[in-house]
Amino acid sequence: MDKLTLKTTNTWCPGCGNFFVFEALKKAIFNKKKENIVLVTGIGCHAKIADYININSFYGLHGRAIPVAQGIKAGNPNLSVICSSGDGDSFNEGISHIIHAAKRNNNITVIIHDNHNFALTVKQFTSTSPKGFKGSSTPFGSIEDPINPIELMIASGATFVARGYAPKVDHLANIIDKAIEHNGFSFIQVLQPCIAWFNTYADYNKRVYEYNGPTSDKRNALDIATKDELPIGIFYKKNKPSFEDLLLKKNVK
Amino acid sequence: MQKEYSIIIGGAAGLGSKKAGNIIAQLFSGLGYKIYIYEDYQSLVKGGHNFSLVRASSKTVGAIKEKVDFVIALDELTSSIHSKQLKDKNNIIYNADKFSLKYGVPVFANQITKENGGLDIMQNTALVGAFAKVVGLDWNYAKKVFKKEFPVSTETNIQIAQTAYKSSKTLLTIPKISNKIYPLLTGNQATAMGALNAGLDAYVAYPMTPATGILNYLSSVDKITVFQSENEIAAANSVMGFSFIGKRAMTGTSGGGFALMNEAIALSAQSETPLVIVNGQRMGPSTGVPTYNSQSDLLHVLSAGPGDFERFVVAPGDTNEAFTYSALALDIAWKYQLPSIIILDKDLCEGTYSCDFDYKKSGIKPSLWRGKGEYLRYLKTKDGISPLAFPGDKKAVVKGTSYEHDQFGISVEDSNRIKEMQDKRSLKYKEFSKEVSRLKCVNVYGNKKSKTAVIAWGSVKGVAMEMAEELNIKLIQPIVLNPFPKVAMLKALKGVDNLILLELSNSGQMAKLLSCNGINVTKKVLRYDGRPFTIDQLIKIK
Repeated sequence: MDKLTLKTTNTWCPGCGNFFVFEALKKAIFNKKKENIVLVTGIGCHAKIADYININSFYGLHGRAIPVAQGIKAGNPNLSVICSSGDGDSFNEGISHIIHAAKRNNNITVIIHDNHNFALTVKQFTSTSPKGFKGSSTPFGSIEDPINPIELMIASGATFVARGYAPKVDHLANIIDKAIEHNGFSFIQVLQPCIAWFNTYADYNKRVYEYNGPTSDKRNALDIATKDELPIGIFYKKNKPSFEDLLLKKNVK
Repeated sequence: MQKEYSIIIGGAAGLGSKKAGNIIAQLFSGLGYKIYIYEDYQSLVKGGHNFSLVRASSKTVGAIKEKVDFVIALDELTSSIHSKQLKDKNNIIYNADKFSLKYGVPVFANQITKENGGLDIMQNTALVGAFAKVVGLDWNYAKKVFKKEFPVSTETNIQIAQTAYKSSKTLLTIPKISNKIYPLLTGNQATAMGALNAGLDAYVAYPMTPATGILNYLSSVDKITVFQSENEIAAANSVMGFSFIGKRAMTGTSGGGFALMNEAIALSAQSETPLVIVNGQRMGPSTGVPTYNSQSDLLHVLSAGPGDFERFVVAPGDTNEAFTYSALALDIAWKYQLPSIIILDKDLCEGTYSCDFDYKKSGIKPSLWRGKGEYLRYLKTKDGISPLAFPGDKKAVVKGTSYEHDQFGISVEDSNRIKEMQDKRSLKYKEFSKEVSRLKCVNVYGNKKSKTAVIAWGSVKGVAMEMAEELNIKLIQPIVLNPFPKVAMLKALKGVDNLILLELSNSGQMAKLLSCNGINVTKKVLRYDGRPFTIDQLIKIK
């Protein structure tokens, strides 16, 4: 694993859930051709992964990792393109991009490091923060209900929808591996406790359980995704031609 | 002696006045005339009043005159609006099934179309067929043009045109003037073709008038990848995705969409990822008047994006320049790894010109990594240009980033390395400015010894050229706007003591740019009602 880790200074908080996601990603790509992988990140705690991992990466703008990834994939379909993005990154700032990427079935993998808050700007609510979230901009609690990313992605047309839990590294690595191999838009929500501002380890350890999926039935997948308990695993998978399969056909006619 | 004709063809949106205008232009073009078409239309799909003004001349033209030789009226509104522009009121060809006049050439377009089993929309064909007869064209010649212009329902259209042709009379005969026939293209098409000539691999855009034509045109080009994004932010970022793996891409938009790309422009500068944007200006601010012209995005384009960085900005003045300078914009963006912006304006984007392209390559090439040692994306070099490698290369790990970074591409926050990388880019910008100063940045036309000069840029070049000739004065046309071509500009200004700016804006933005460089205009002639300058209007200026 060492060859995939750069000798740079890691500035994630000790105990941060990002460390597990980093390990899981390295495990998932360890046996793949490194030169054919590109990691694209947005901005936020998650995005620091670009400074730590020894593979091609593009450390982009807040919320805009996905459109960069689309250009990369359409320009060279032989590359595996992975986006590391955050809940604030892709479900606040860049929500239009993730919905359209799911709708198009772009052949890219999006990993959402979901820590339920804007951590790097010191604890503000994001669109996945629970109602009542007390942050620096909502001292009396957020008055907004959260988005359920799994529900939104299934509804938007993603063809691979999964959830992982950061500390369950092997389980997550396996999901990332399958997501990369999937031909189409792969979405992984990673439940990632934020040790500094929203420490959910104890709660998640109680509620998280492994679901043995996937189903190709949207209704079933939505039922699982909206449970109060926290199932993790691949919820939904469907085979259909990706955006790039159809787009690049024009060029070979 | 200049031989020329101006024809207005108009009607409500949906009646096909634009198509008819194009066919009339082709009729003249085939006889060796140089063409310019001004398109005037509203932001609606059906109804209202649209018209094309076709100017055909023995000289190169890129502007319109107020008086016209013919009006072709698809509806009554066209007749009531444009009849007063006719030099001879009898030279109106009109749809007599819709209204009647006591003069002119009536064409029973509805009746003719029905007789020949055509659709309602084909009434424009009847009027064009009648026009061919009015100007004394040989039927076989006209038929050849129609055949080419109507790839669908060809026979029906030709029958309609022929019936109308037969039922009309000849008022004058236009002579053939040359065997040389130039292709007719819009500024959008020429810009797209120039980019293709510089090796464009992909185009990503969100529709916005007046740049949509580039997206539509490139969508049917086989060899490149084109898709429509969810918004302009996505388009600009996707272009950089292509660039990052070594594919040449471009996007196009207008002022509002360009505003959404500001952050991406800064990302291009910081990550040293080529980004080429076409900004087809239109009347602002904000939504403004979407289908009418303006040159008021100049200062926005020159300063768009947070932070300190350089960009290449060109403003072609006609289709030939659009072709050459869009290619150059790509080549420069790739050699110097920075944002490159092509400013057009509505009348250039959608106006049609006779073209004579120079397909020669610029010879400006990017620096590529030779595969030795560890790859450093932001390697410090003598000229500040770091050689490019792309993902997929076994020997390189390529790190692009929006953060300030070290040579490998890892975020830095310490003062030494921040300054070091800023200095590396400054070095690159110096080389970039040097190379740009060697390019053709400023054109000079007209009487080069005149103490009075007009300065004009973008589509205004066309009308300014005729004004300069008519008044025997000098015309200075800057094409490269950033880095500002100070040496070339001062050379062009030698001996000039009266400098008049012509601009389609309310404040005269070029005058502000000039004054930043120590050059002051004596007078500003501005038009800001969305319409173009006419030659008649400008030759009255002293």
